[in-house]
Amino acid sequence: MSVITYREAMRQAIREALLRDERVFVMGEDIGHYGGSYAVTLDLLEEFGPERIRDTPLSESGFVGAGIGAALGGMRPIVEVMTVNFSLLALDQIMNNAASLLYMSGGQLNVPLVIRMATGAGRQVGAQHSHSLEGWFAHIPGLRILAPATIEDARGMLWPALEDPDPVLIFEHAMLYNQEGELEEPFQPVDIKSAAVRRSGDELTIIAYGGTLRTALGAAEELATQGIDAEVIDLRCLRPLDTATLLSSVTRTHHAMVVDEGWRSGSLSAEISARITEEVFYDLDAPVSRVCSAEVPMPYAKHLEDAVLPQVLDVVNAAKVLCA
Amino acid sequence: MTESTTNVGPEVQSAPSDNRGLHLLQEMLRIRRFEERCVELYSRSAIRGFLHLAIGEEACAVGVMAALSREDAVVSTYREHGHAIARGLSMRVIMAELEGKLEGCSRGRGGSMHLFDGTQRFYGGNAIVAGGLPLAVGLALADHLQSRPRVTACFFGDGAVAEGEFHEAMNLAALWHLPVLFCCENNLYAMGTPLQFTESETDLALKAASYRMPSWEVDAMDATAVERAAREATEAVRAGGGPHFLELRTYRFRSHSMYDPDRYRDKSEIERWKQRDPITTLVAQLNHDGQLADGQLERLEAAIAAEVEDAVTFADAGTDEPVDELTRFVTSTGTGGS
Ligand SMILES: Cc1ncc(C[n+]2csc(CCOP(=O)(O)OP(=O)(O)O)c2C)c(N)n1
Ligand SMILES: [Mg+2]
Repeated sequence: MSVITYREAMRQAIREALLRDERVFVMGEDIGHYGGSYAVTLDLLEEFGPERIRDTPLSESGFVGAGIGAALGGMRPIVEVMTVNFSLLALDQIMNNAASLLYMSGGQLNVPLVIRMATGAGRQVGAQHSHSLEGWFAHIPGLRILAPATIEDARGMLWPALEDPDPVLIFEHAMLYNQEGELEEPFQPVDIKSAAVRRSGDELTIIAYGGTLRTALGAAEELATQGIDAEVIDLRCLRPLDTATLLSSVTRTHHAMVVDEGWRSGSLSAEISARITEEVFYDLDAPVSRVCSAEVPMPYAKHLEDAVLPQVLDVVNAAKVLCA
Repeated sequence: MTESTTNVGPEVQSAPSDNRGLHLLQEMLRIRRFEERCVELYSRSAIRGFLHLAIGEEACAVGVMAALSREDAVVSTYREHGHAIARGLSMRVIMAELEGKLEGCSRGRGGSMHLFDGTQRFYGGNAIVAGGLPLAVGLALADHLQSRPRVTACFFGDGAVAEGEFHEAMNLAALWHLPVLFCCENNLYAMGTPLQFTESETDLALKAASYRMPSWEVDAMDATAVERAAREATEAVRAGGGPHFLELRTYRFRSHSMYDPDRYRDKSEIERWKQRDPITTLVAQLNHDGQLADGQLERLEAAIAAEVEDAVTFADAGTDEPVDELTRFVTSTGTGGS
């Protein structure tokens, strides 16, 4: 057992991948000389050299596309995009090439590429650095979307993602990088397919992922003191969704709530809510509840940012209404 | 700084000896006759959707492909029937693809704009203007990292030069000294918009040179000139000379796509360019050099007509992919997950 940060877990995962497979290389803005804008790739340049720890110009579309091409050419690239907001400059490559090539080519050209990026708010960096857009990517057939919320997943999801023959996007919530946790030794592999029950309970299913897992767990602790026994599910994989795990919980608890840092309208939380009502409507004792970010571009001021984001108290209050 | 590798002039140039000239002629004729047949099939609705023809531009495809080896890669655009044929995809699988048949080179999933052949390293068929350039950079990066002496040829139009992806890809390729041969088919128009309305600098080879990339302008109505330039450039790229840029000066004789009423250019302009038809130009060269025997052209035409006919028969006899396979290949591991 060792105690490490989420950042270090991610870094160990990248380092392990570089050691394990010669085809793996990392590319992105400021990942080498600077050490990574979130310091995830710190010191890897010294160890692996500039061919495998490749600093790129500010060309999101260019280097994400180059990652796709390199994957087609037999490599296993890990492309880092600084934040999800900047990934919009590469959306063309992700959507029109990475996600579509296998299908368009009638099954000939798969793209074994991993794209990592930071997502989420909480650091007062305003409206162009704080959004949670992973739900948009989860809309796209052909992609696998991962959201490691624990140290174990930060450490474990990268390798199976690299083994996936198709493109995988990993969303790392920026507020998690400093989170510390215990990691078993030797490290046990994780899967990248299923949702996980992070806390068992009988009366309410709270569904969260990435940055909102902590919020959901905190709320569940508070609810326990108030006599509501909540189960907390960590989605882990946002596409494809492990609907079975969600439904089997909800059919037991009869109450479902989604906590999502994304906006409510046209969102992942809307999708999950729809699936629950489509599949197990008659098992529900109350309508599905959602706690999402306020629908505004992220404000800078701390009190406003807090007001936008789902807080423990928001979840607690919504849960009490739901279970009343 | 740009270099010109060719003379642009009306006088008849020598065709390459051995069989290269004949090969170029044959390939251009195969593309031309194939695409002419596509027009007929389009009018009887056997081919639907967007159909972009390269009639008039065949010298670009055949000249560049002649310079590539089997190990090299090709990244193309939506105007790519000619590239695919010259690369070696059979007319059969291309025609079947255009008809949306399972036997097509993309199982009917792609259509005219998305021809693929993984085994021949033909990476498509991209309908996003400039969308293929970053892919070509990545393919070349993979070769560089694996120390393989291969070249990636990347085709795109003059319109792509205005896109950010063009500049990102040019910079990356030059910065990392990657083995990419950029082949810009400058046919003077992006759909209906002439180049001078969209570029502050219309000398595209000069523009490319600003990335410290050797860049040559080529008279691409002359297949032998394209082949010469492409060979020279490919050899330089393969030898480690970094990316090269060919501005292939060409012209399309037909509209942008079958939907385009072609209102934006003078008929006389088209007629003027037709005087420089790459096929008649090469036939004249070969005749001048005595490389075409009596009746040889007719025999070639007859063989090609038969090949085209066979492709149509093959496509017409093709099957529809069963609808229950609709979600196959969304992912490699089975059906599409959601
Ligand atoms: C990103 C993008 N923008 C717009 C279009 C629509 N479009 C298709 S072809 C074309 C013109 C491209 O011209 P050029 O690059 O010169 O190629 P050409 O068709 O002349 O071969 C346009 C604007 C597109 N397919 N992709
Ligand atoms: Mg053009």
